[in-house]
Amino acid sequence: MSKTHVTTTVNGDEVEFLVEPRQSLLEVLRDELQLTGTKEGCNDGNCGACSVVFDGTLVASCCVLGVEAEGKEVETIEGMASPEGLHPLQQAFLEETGMQCGICTPGFLISSKELLKAKPNPSEEEIRFWLANNLCRCTGYDKIVKAVQKAAAVMEEA
Amino acid sequence: MNAPTTPPPVRTEFDVVGTTPIRQDGFEKVTGAARFGDDIHLPGMLHGKMLRSPHPHARIVSIDTSKAEALKGVRTVITGADMPTLSATVVAAGEGGEVNMQDIADNCIARDKVFYDGHVVAAVAADNPHIAEAACALIEVEYELLTPVLNVHDAVADGAPVLHEDYTPGAFLFPTQKALPNAGRLFMEHGDVDATFEQCDFVVEREFTTKAVHQGYIEPHVTTAVWTSEDTLTIHTSTQGAFAIRDFMASFMNMSLSKIKVVPLEIGGGFGGKDVVYIDSLAAVMAKRTGRPVKIFMSRSEVLRGTGPSPETYIKVKLGCNKEGQLLAADLYLLFEAGAYPGGPIAPGTMCALTRYNIPNVRLDGYDVFLNKPKMKPYRAPGATQANFAAESALVDLAEAAGIDPIDMRLTNALKPGDMMPMGFPCPPLGSIEMLNAIKNHPHYKAPLEGENRGRGVSYAFWFGAGLGSSAEIRCNSDGTINLTTGSADLSGTRTTLGMQAAEELGVDFALISTNVGDTDSVGYTFQSVGSRTTFATGIAVISACNKLIAEMKKRDGMEWVVEAADVDYAKGVFTLKSDPSKTQAFAEVCAKADHTGGPIIADASEFPEGVGFQIAANIVDVEVDVETGKVEILRFSALQDVGKAVHPDFVEGQMQGGSVQGIGWALNEEYFYDDKGTLRNPTLLDYRMPTSLDVPNIDCTILETPNPGHPYGIRGVGEVPIVPPPAAIRDAIKNAIGVSLTDLPMKPGNVLKAIWEQKGKA
Repeated sequence: MSKTHVTTTVNGDEVEFLVEPRQSLLEVLRDELQLTGTKEGCNDGNCGACSVVFDGTLVASCCVLGVEAEGKEVETIEGMASPEGLHPLQQAFLEETGMQCGICTPGFLISSKELLKAKPNPSEEEIRFWLANNLCRCTGYDKIVKAVQKAAAVMEEA
Repeated sequence: MNAPTTPPPVRTEFDVVGTTPIRQDGFEKVTGAARFGDDIHLPGMLHGKMLRSPHPHARIVSIDTSKAEALKGVRTVITGADMPTLSATVVAAGEGGEVNMQDIADNCIARDKVFYDGHVVAAVAADNPHIAEAACALIEVEYELLTPVLNVHDAVADGAPVLHEDYTPGAFLFPTQKALPNAGRLFMEHGDVDATFEQCDFVVEREFTTKAVHQGYIEPHVTTAVWTSEDTLTIHTSTQGAFAIRDFMASFMNMSLSKIKVVPLEIGGGFGGKDVVYIDSLAAVMAKRTGRPVKIFMSRSEVLRGTGPSPETYIKVKLGCNKEGQLLAADLYLLFEAGAYPGGPIAPGTMCALTRYNIPNVRLDGYDVFLNKPKMKPYRAPGATQANFAAESALVDLAEAAGIDPIDMRLTNALKPGDMMPMGFPCPPLGSIEMLNAIKNHPHYKAPLEGENRGRGVSYAFWFGAGLGSSAEIRCNSDGTINLTTGSADLSGTRTTLGMQAAEELGVDFALISTNVGDTDSVGYTFQSVGSRTTFATGIAVISACNKLIAEMKKRDGMEWVVEAADVDYAKGVFTLKSDPSKTQAFAEVCAKADHTGGPIIADASEFPEGVGFQIAANIVDVEVDVETGKVEILRFSALQDVGKAVHPDFVEGQMQGGSVQGIGWALNEEYFYDDKGTLRNPTLLDYRMPTSLDVPNIDCTILETPNPGHPYGIRGVGEVPIVPPPAAIRDAIKNAIGVSLTDLPMKPGNVLKAIWEQKGKA
């Protein structure tokens, strides 16, 4: 199958790759760009483990084609921390034990980051509604919700 | 299961245990750097895919792989005929009985017959997964269809189609006996059950059913096999037990254990479903044939069709008591799906259905039923959730019939320390009475609950847990830091809870200790992370290694002070000369001088602890039932658990909350839908719907600590029992809300509405 040349921006860096039309953005990130922090849990948009930000929109990267990334900006978990340190959400997930096995964690962090952009001070109900995009089988969600609340408070102060 | 022996006193004061440090693997997990099973890319690696049977029961007449092999980019195609002959088929599995390795090998890839929708019949390795998938579609399989057996009642009926001409009875925790063509049996009886029922003042008899549910780990099964020489194999995988994978692979590949190395990568959830081989042997054979590494990553539908589930069950319960509410007799008949091969969780389900109560006359009649569904797997306290739902529900109904408060009835009959257990030894220290009183005194239980169609329910649960063998190795570095390696897969933070125990025992700062999960070449044999055993049993191995390390370091001090090791004291990071306490050396100083005192300071230990101490838990739950739609909403949920000693209380709460939510999913909406042809109709996470954050409330946690004398710190297993009580508690709450008794899981709107109509009539 012939491949298409794509130029895109991932976490602020311009990258190029060759991609078959049938390859998803998730596959490109993981297998072509070696950005394996984005996880595959279901490959049909139901678990949220592959959540990334695609031109400002929270998406399941398994449901976006690699060729669609041409000229777009993609944000993944690998771009969340900065040289100055962890994002407040990452720090809060550590402090509040907002994870157990950790496979769903990148998706929850990306999703939570977009939540706090849209609603800097969300209620518990708003957090639970927003994060219903993402499945976690280990935690029962309580400590994830608390971590997001904590990060929101920290970011509010900053 | 052996009787516990008299243990040394349990420690009660702690510096590290009971604190909540940030986990050392946390940074990698919040930055995406952690390497899970699918995050490995080896040079020249091929990708494997499987072709799975669309039929639940069929004989394979022929398989034509020629078109698949001809596809560009396909490197090899295999069928069951290409798999090695096993070194041994039936092997002993400790006191559990015997395990038929051929069954487990055949479950990976069928040889003559397929036994369920999704059974693998062929596999392809190709340059990329898309080519492999396309090649699978080109494989032509001719099947001779056989009549499928799709429910437990059909399977045990006379004249049912027989799945296996002969079989090795299932053995999980306890062995079953050959009983029926499609079922093994576990039968236990003591006292005179039938005569006692005649004398009971109150008797209830109920039938309950539960549906198959999947463990639902978010990371699908994945493995990568690479031959590092002609006869040495390395498996990189995500598993609950690297050594178990090595054991299976040695049998399936007919190889020596020493020639196989299993490298555990981070595991994205297991819950009992990831401790056996499904795809590793297929990857290994295809890697051998191609001379290249082969990775296999299951799709979600493959995970749901081919791995996992915990069985659908039918349980008939008869319970009788006197006017005072004392339980006098119990009779349980349990049909648990084993799936395609023997060995489902019938034994632990049967054995712990009633263990938490003293009942003088008991008959337990459990069947491990073979039918055309996937081979059933343990799921967090395997078998206990189904059995607890039935037994607790019957108890609540009996209490109602007798006019006794259900918690009082539980208090009257609760198994207490010293009471003789069905296994033939007295109950070790267990906070059963404390737990039941804690429910009564809980602010949630005391709070008024108002509003129409609202009700509160309670349930109480017991689970055994496991001990089994673990190994640990501890090494001092010249700068005073410490590396700790164990063989236990870390599913949820156990590197931290093990490192905390090392810090406690060594009396040093937790930050000095780096804990890692060893591969099978780098540490001693360790059983899987199952049975809530890692923090408990591997913890004992860690403590044992620490004590050996301290003994070695005392020897090093003794050399310098020219005394025997016995003349040196050690406490909280400081060695002291007993005869002259002014002479001291810090832990780090001894580490720094190691080259002058005999070389690197290391210690290792292996332990096989018996005193698991058991796990008990309870729930209080408030629900509101929409009587028009049958939908049940959980308003408030409290989980109580006795953990012996909480090593990391936040992690303990996490286990309680996670297990509770899995139990809520099991209670209210998760289920496998098979059609009448035996096809699984909901193999996606859209249709197999697990609870989301919006479906559940906060799970309030109450941690009780009745020390377990089987661990130096009093620790009990934690991970499994939280999943057990929710279905019975929710059923009780629904009953108290609308006066309708449910008997079938899941208690989804349709089932609730049906029960309302049957018991109260249509509105």
